Amino acid sequence: MSDPVSALNGASFQGFATIREIGPLGMITLRARGLKSLDKAIKAVTGTKVPAPRRIEIRGDHACGWMSPDEYLLMLPYAEVGEAMAKLAKALAGEHHLAVDVSDARAVFRIEGDKADQVLRKLMPVDFDRLEPGELRRSRAAQVAAAIWQQDQGFTLVCFRSVASYVMGLLTHSAQPGSEL
Amino acid sequence: MLILECPYCGVKAEETELSPGYEAHLKRFGPGSTPEEFEAYMFARKNPKGVHFERWRHTYGCGKWFLAARCTATLEVFGTYPAQVSEPPADIIAKIQARRPDWRPDWKDTK
Repeated sequence: MSDPVSALNGASFQGFATIREIGPLGMITLRARGLKSLDKAIKAVTGTKVPAPRRIEIRGDHACGWMSPDEYLLMLPYAEVGEAMAKLAKALAGEHHLAVDVSDARAVFRIEGDKADQVLRKLMPVDFDRLEPGELRRSRAAQVAAAIWQQDQGFTLVCFRSVASYVMGLLTHSAQPGSEL
Repeated sequence: MLILECPYCGVKAEETELSPGYEAHLKRFGPGSTPEEFEAYMFARKNPKGVHFERWRHTYGCGKWFLAARCTATLEVFGTYPAQVSEPPADIIAKIQARRPDWRPDWKDTK
């Protein structure tokens, strides 16, 4: 089996905050709404409860984020995706849902440091003063869609793989030393 | 800057996070309709100066379509509501009439 490669091969940048491309990270998009087995299915894959609207439930290296009223993003180690897809199919058998492995369709970044929020403040139309811990905010980073949440003294940002180098460029530029807000 | 609250995810989204969908509550006339009805459905828009109902999509957020009532002259937003309705809900109408006492719903008279 070939080795998974992340979009930018783990590129990093040290400015007034640290930017790292992480991954590959296992990600499954689950589209489902009001299913009676949904709790059980998400519990089986990520070990978390079903997140409330605009929330993300994190448990170690597993997480489940609320993306829209009928969409969840399940995050887990890359190697576990195949097994997780089988678990979802079993838990939700006979119920109307869609589960797709999107691990290779996304790029994930970590923005770390005391001023990590400033890197993102310049790029996103989001009120960071009102962003709560455990909140997953989907918005845009300059011209492309991105989702962010706070985690371990920093932010995690998810975007499409096709725009990974654009987003890396944005974050790098925004974190230039001397450009603090 | 126009700020609309998405009724699905509760985000107070600014305009650049949204996509416009133009006039709301259009009744579709498709096969079997008269040419006049189809023309009106395709091209005739109210384009009022004042209270207007619009479709918006929370493109960069949850991706859902919702509807908004706002004033085209002042950009005042009266409220937003989910798109699964054929006419504005009563609470939105009450909010509009609280701010624009002379305004009356016009869809009762239209086809």
